[in-house]
Amino acid sequence: MAFYFVQFLTGLASAASLFLVASGLSIIFGVTRIVNFAHGAFYMLGAYVAFTLTERFSGALGFWGGIVVAALVVAVVGVIVEMVLLRRIYHAPELFQLLATFGLTLMVEDLVVLIWGPDDLLGRRAPGFKGAVDFFGQNIPTYDLFLIAISPIVLGGLWLLFQRTRWGVLVRAATQDRDMVAALGVNQKWLFTSVFALGVFLAALGGALQIPRDAVHHALDLRIIVDVFVVVVIGGLGSIIGAFVAAVLVSELNAFGILIFPKISIILVFLVMAVVLIVRPWGLFGKPEAAARRTPGLSVNPWRPLTTNERWLAIAGLAVAAMLPLFAGNYALTVGSEIAIFVIFAASLHFLMSVGGLASFGHAAYFGLGAYGVAFLAKMAGLPMIVSLLVGPLLGLVGAAIFGFFAVQLSGVYFAMLTLAFAQIVWSIAFQWVTVTGGDNGILGVWPEKWAAGPASFYWLSLGIAAIAVAILRVIVFSPFGFALRATRDSLLRSEAIGINGKRVQWTAFVIAGTVAGFAGALFAYLKGSVFPDSLGISLSVDALVMVLLGGVETVSGAVVGAIVFKALNIWLVSQTDLSKLVLGGFVVLIVVAFPKGIVGVLETIRNRRKSSTSESSSKSSLATSRIETAE
Amino acid sequence: MSMVPTLLSVENLSKSYGGVHAVRSVSFALRAGEILALIGPNGAGKSTCFDMLNGQNIPDSGRINLLGEDTVGKKPRQVWRLGVGRTFQITATFPTMTVRENVQVALVSYGRQLFNLWGSTARYAREEAGRLLDLVGMGAYAGRPCGELAYGDLKRLELAIALANQPKLLLMDEPTAGMAPRERIELMRLTAQIAREKSIGVLFTEHDMDVVFEHADRILVLNRGSLIAEGTPEQVRGNPQVRAIYLGEGLVYDSRHREGAGA
Repeated sequence: MAFYFVQFLTGLASAASLFLVASGLSIIFGVTRIVNFAHGAFYMLGAYVAFTLTERFSGALGFWGGIVVAALVVAVVGVIVEMVLLRRIYHAPELFQLLATFGLTLMVEDLVVLIWGPDDLLGRRAPGFKGAVDFFGQNIPTYDLFLIAISPIVLGGLWLLFQRTRWGVLVRAATQDRDMVAALGVNQKWLFTSVFALGVFLAALGGALQIPRDAVHHALDLRIIVDVFVVVVIGGLGSIIGAFVAAVLVSELNAFGILIFPKISIILVFLVMAVVLIVRPWGLFGKPEAAARRTPGLSVNPWRPLTTNERWLAIAGLAVAAMLPLFAGNYALTVGSEIAIFVIFAASLHFLMSVGGLASFGHAAYFGLGAYGVAFLAKMAGLPMIVSLLVGPLLGLVGAAIFGFFAVQLSGVYFAMLTLAFAQIVWSIAFQWVTVTGGDNGILGVWPEKWAAGPASFYWLSLGIAAIAVAILRVIVFSPFGFALRATRDSLLRSEAIGINGKRVQWTAFVIAGTVAGFAGALFAYLKGSVFPDSLGISLSVDALVMVLLGGVETVSGAVVGAIVFKALNIWLVSQTDLSKLVLGGFVVLIVVAFPKGIVGVLETIRNRRKSSTSESSSKSSLATSRIETAE
Repeated sequence: MSMVPTLLSVENLSKSYGGVHAVRSVSFALRAGEILALIGPNGAGKSTCFDMLNGQNIPDSGRINLLGEDTVGKKPRQVWRLGVGRTFQITATFPTMTVRENVQVALVSYGRQLFNLWGSTARYAREEAGRLLDLVGMGAYAGRPCGELAYGDLKRLELAIALANQPKLLLMDEPTAGMAPRERIELMRLTAQIAREKSIGVLFTEHDMDVVFEHADRILVLNRGSLIAEGTPEQVRGNPQVRAIYLGEGLVYDSRHREGAGA
């Protein structure tokens, strides 16, 4: 009994950091509507800065002062980030904000390694809380007791701040209707900046308080952010009480999950999250989201099928790509195959995002399922390659059918988070179910048969499948189904009022995208000769998102260009510099801020402009009519 | 009168939110080709009534019979399949598509081609879409992105979309809100003309009394959720209760009184 009680207290102590970070994220989201992916990075920075300060200054004052000063220093960094970056993208779609802050996270990951080195750092123990208390023969560290006390204190402090101060009233008002608050003459800029500073302060404090308990390392950010997403989704985005309750719930699930179901401890939390989202899509303490806004100014170039000339151009491009084996070496061909595979993957996500308006943050799940499907069939069933290649991706289809059914019940940020959670579930299964998947060691020896084994033949195979996949997706975009899907994206109200079953249409699109991603994964397994849980991981999902945005989300086939540029750049960067994440992160931030339409979107806009300017100069009358049209 | 079939009959429809009775035991009927206006001050329950007819809201009690079918509990898309077109108070269209494509999507749905992955939407029912657009005077705009349209044109486009399933009943929630006075008259004249030609029943809500008294065959007056009067424009205009509660005492078009009644 005592053991369980101690386990319960350990869970409560772990909840402290989680609550601090989650409440910060929630406060920021409530007012600015930004889901700050970089919150994990601020948490990690808090830990690193606190480590340096507490090492430099000794004594109780040095330690506790160091913790608080570290949180303040990181809050200042947060203010700079808010003023320089976020102010430019407050009116961008949520997806762009998530990506920009993810870019920041990537940059911070490399920066901390550059400053503090790649090794784990062990912090000092807290003065005054070095010992342990005996509880019926079980030891409880006194620092854990301190952490248990911290959460209610912070919760109370925040409550006082929001209920009893003028600033707090403004924040609560802005959470309900920020446009109205702005209309009442409140300086919104500084309100946002101060809220962001508070949120970052809480995150950094959460990180700093962890140093006596945990080693500081450069992967802390992703570890905490996934947990924090789960917490705010369960608790309800924007609710501080929700963050508190959910932080405790998640920490206790972790603490007891390990005891009761050691095999599926990671999954347990995600299962709870999925159940909460399905029963209460806006979280336990949250409120239903207003409809996602469309970005003003980000006008869409009208979609149309390729003209005959453009079709020939595409075929010519494909022919040139097919000639690569004539003059390129084996390494270049392997890179070429990988790029072709990622074209398929990015195109599948692009279909879901641009046509369906459904930004999946866990699309790698279906890529990875396709890869594992092939590995099972080829290694365990010993099926011939062509059969595995055709049947294996169906595992992606099955996964997309199951998860997609639940995911399409939601939209916007919650859709993104639920898909992320599902991808993590699949990842956990692949990671923990060692007897079947080999766990971290993966499944090795998935080699192509002779006819496809050479780099050139495998390249042609990948290129061929990529061309077919992109062509099929394009046909679907312009098919009646594609229009039905766009209709659900443009206006759910109207599409329902003309007899469209929006959920079923979106579910179908999810299954199509998942299946195509499965084919990409299947090829990837053969390319690498192996499958690892990485091919289901978050970073692969995010890569896909970046490729789509880079190409241009509001285009028909931007993902093709995005995938080629991103993958080539990525492979080249990794070979050229150790700071590839820094460069890549900076690149992502730059795209979001400077080219939100993506490469293809910018090209289309330039072409449209040129087209209209030539027609204007050619005849005065057409100029006059176009003027009238714009005036109407 | 008995020769014209009843399209829609509503019996004892009620809906309350907490302690507020938004709609109380409302009953009425609508015949084919008839234009029926539902009026009442803000908060009278017009929109709640509308949403229940369309399937967007589920009544607490009462019956809705549409063309012989009980529609309570049916979803909007199922009601649409029975032959009901709907326009919204705030227009709902597909802004990233062209005007023609907006109508084509509705036609795709009507033709049950929603899950056709292989055809070309551009060629699907192009003539039919053009005909519907011509009907509402939007033919010249067919190729324009819908997001660029002026508000009055969006209202006309919505009418074309609503006609795509060859409806027997049109539900129009404040069809002329946000339009210039001349556009209002024109749109309602057009609607009335289409309704008479195709024998479509029209139920609409409206705040503009010029529009209501000019085009409605009959008028229903709601106040605080209850039907307080029903009849021809002349009958309603002369009803002292309506004048007192809705139009205000004294001058019929005194804006001060109307706002007072609406608050």
